[in-house]
Amino acid sequence: MTKADLVEATYEKVGSSKKDVAEVIDTVFESIKEALEEGDRVKISGFGNFSIRHKRQRRGRNPQTGEEIMIGERKVMTFKASQILKDIVNKDGEQTE
Amino acid sequence: MTRSQLIEAVASKSSNFSKKDVEVIVTTLFESIAESLAKGDKIEIRGFGSFKVKSRDGRKGRNPKSGEGIFVDPKKVPFFKAGKELKERVDTIGKE
Repeated sequence: MTKADLVEATYEKVGSSKKDVAEVIDTVFESIKEALEEGDRVKISGFGNFSIRHKRQRRGRNPQTGEEIMIGERKVMTFKASQILKDIVNKDGEQTE
Repeated sequence: MTRSQLIEAVASKSSNFSKKDVEVIVTTLFESIAESLAKGDKIEIRGFGSFKVKSRDGRKGRNPKSGEGIFVDPKKVPFFKAGKELKERVDTIGKE
């Protein structure tokens, strides 16, 4: 599924053109990025939380050459799925609780 | 930022849609992503990232309260991988 499929799934519900809806969807993701960029957490109830974690500098290794390198301090984004989303993903039966 | 603040932010930038419409779009958007994850599909959003489902094997676990050994069933977990642009924009260290 790509952004085009998301537009497809959405535009009929608001009775608008695909082009306009595509723009709004871009704005949605852009707004999330802006919030994260400012260090803000983004909490989408029923879906999950996007947040920023600060990683300290650490020693690492190039797995291909075995060479030791220093991995610098950095910020990474993490996504934590809500319990609702975890349940949705597991709902198709074959597993028992 | 919460879901309603996100809707607020998007509505303020959009001239073609009412807040109500933006709310419908945002809700449908995340519902569609969740539905396609449920089907095992991968969702890729350029510049943002991709969502997919990873499988976890069953394993022997322990109830941390009682110490009792139990078997943890195999399960699926939703997973998000940040895209290149998002990664770069988030990692502001040394940029300011």
